[in-house]
Amino acid sequence: MSKILVLVDHTDGTPKKVTLELLTKARMLGEPAAVFVGQGYANAKDRLAEYGAATVYVAEGSEYDAYVVAPKAEVLARVVADTSPAAVFVPSTPEGKEVAARLAIKIGSGVITDAVDVRDGFVCEQSVFGGATIVQSKVAQGVPVITIRPNSTAPEPAPASPTEERVTVELPESATLVQVVDRVVEKKGARPELSEAAVVVSGGRGVGGAENFGVIERLADSLGAAVGASRAATDAGWYPHQYQVGQTGQTVSPQLYIACGISGAIQHRAGMQTSKTIVAVNKDPEAPIFELVDFGIVGDLFAVVPQATEEIEKRKG
Amino acid sequence: MNIVVCVKQVPDTWAEKRLDPSDKTLDRDSADAVMNELDEYAVEEALRLKEKHGGEVIVLSMGPDKAVETIRKALSMGADRAVHLVDDALSGSDAVQTSYALAQALSTLQWDLVMLGSESTDAKMSVVPAMLAERLGRPQLSFANKVEISDGTVRIERLTDVGHDVVQGPLPAVVSVVEKINEPRYPSFKGIMAAKKKPLETLSAADAGSEPSRVGLANAPCTVEDFAVRPPRQAGTIVQDEGDGGHKLVEFLASQKFV
Ligand SMILES: Cc1cc2nc3c(=O)[nH]c(=O)nc-3n(C[C@H](O)[C@H](O)[C@H](O)COP(=O)(O)OP(=O)(O)OC[C@H]3O[C@@H](n4cnc5c(N)ncnc54)[C@H](O)[C@@H]3O)c2cc1C
Ligand SMILES: Nc1ncnc2c1ncn2[C@@H]1O[C@H](COP(=O)(O)O)[C@@H](O)[C@H]1O
Repeated sequence: MSKILVLVDHTDGTPKKVTLELLTKARMLGEPAAVFVGQGYANAKDRLAEYGAATVYVAEGSEYDAYVVAPKAEVLARVVADTSPAAVFVPSTPEGKEVAARLAIKIGSGVITDAVDVRDGFVCEQSVFGGATIVQSKVAQGVPVITIRPNSTAPEPAPASPTEERVTVELPESATLVQVVDRVVEKKGARPELSEAAVVVSGGRGVGGAENFGVIERLADSLGAAVGASRAATDAGWYPHQYQVGQTGQTVSPQLYIACGISGAIQHRAGMQTSKTIVAVNKDPEAPIFELVDFGIVGDLFAVVPQATEEIEKRKG
Repeated sequence: MNIVVCVKQVPDTWAEKRLDPSDKTLDRDSADAVMNELDEYAVEEALRLKEKHGGEVIVLSMGPDKAVETIRKALSMGADRAVHLVDDALSGSDAVQTSYALAQALSTLQWDLVMLGSESTDAKMSVVPAMLAERLGRPQLSFANKVEISDGTVRIERLTDVGHDVVQGPLPAVVSVVEKINEPRYPSFKGIMAAKKKPLETLSAADAGSEPSRVGLANAPCTVEDFAVRPPRQAGTIVQDEGDGGHKLVEFLASQKFV
């Protein structure tokens, strides 16, 4: 069976859920081979085996993290050249898409981004124009490079005993041009990651201030959800920018999305309208967000949201 | 310092977009066309850098005849001159091919910085900046929230999904911007009048150094096999809060097994 390379997305070695999803998808279409780049491989090893990686290519070292994006593309290009895989799967995150972009140019392939499914023959399904149109597309030149959205496949374990191969790549000058001077992490609590969460509760301008975001966070916590925000809320400094959902923020596709005090501007919708179930709380019955919802409540979020949180806590007992 | 800003004309964000059944490409006549929103931020940042460091701002756009409107807008904001890549042979090019045509055109220009938006609202791929950097062998400084230039080095704040990275690289470099970087200016009346007299060079694919066999729909490295328009979402239930909105919300969530 031909290999399908999966770029491992990880935090200090610990694979993110999307990596397990991509391994699961790769297993349906070929033989999954994980490619690990960076530091902390010891934290990844068991998880990659548990989710069925038949081979793991490991490029471990601090030099791969010291420069932006390009080293990952270099390593993948090397493994592609050495193994002639049937396809390369990369998580569809902003950085993943850049890695895929550079890889495609390096190996002379076409690239498809934001696939929500991949089928036999590497036919990719994409949801475009805000979910209004479903496109089936295919890479026609070279080894298909495909980025797949988080939450597209349910990860399923399939324990394997992977063969481990160490990869060393002498990074060319062009891959070491952009140096990382500093990494600033602005984390908020221990909630699930926004792009991976099954439930997302978001707040917008209607929340009225940073001090009020607790109302949103408490509902999120009662549901085990991630917290999101509209640009109005991040621009005002009420919530950190990386929680922005939308065209220039994160794209989320959870089972349930609850928008509180968000009007539903087109740029916001672009990041959430493929959510399976959409709920909104807004005091304006004319707010465009109501065009999208499965269930909407016209009312003051400061009355509705705390009451809902309390009721959920009560039902949980 | 010379800056080339890449701008793309796209269908208006609010317009309903559809694919043309005959060739499965975006039906560009079905919607009003505007400058890709994020490219306005790239133009603005280029103008600010020019105000600080001197030099020239050149607009580069690949697109049909109609894209001239978008180019004029960038000129009326204050860019100095423009290069318009227009050729039937380019039509239907995907991101790999677009980055090739832009890179070839860039090699005929003198620049220290290439600036782009970080994403176009129609393709939504967010890959052209990285592809350009790869093709040109120059630093990729993308998703910039802040750009500073000193002593031949560009330093940016690169937004990440956990915060931001401070990254830097030597000029010449490729920079893409996010919408938090600035507030784009509106063209003034004077600017609009002046734009009409600014140089606008029109180049064919061959003029700009592109091999015809490497661009256009027929040679695209990706093909659209099929597409389907999804039925619109069914209208949901909307209720007025009468003191029990929170309870109603939880009843709905429970009915869907979320609680
Ligand atoms: C290039 C570009 C990129 C952008 N990218 C993004 C993006 O990625 N994500 C994004 O979100 N936006 C983005 N925007 C901004 C977008 O256009 C909107 O301005 C933004 O989404 C509005 O946020 P909002 O809905 O919170 O605020 P508003 O539109 O002001 O809506 C606030 C809503 O809250 C309601 N409300 C007020 N008080 C209460 C209350 N007490 N209870 C209940 N409801 C209440 C109001 O009725 C109103 O509907 C972008 C814009 C541009 C130009
Ligand atoms: N046809 C084009 N002409 C000029 N610039 C473009 C073109 N296509 C894309 N770009 C630039 O590349 C950026 C990212 O586009 P994309 O990768 O398609 O999402 C845009 O914001 C533009 O700055």
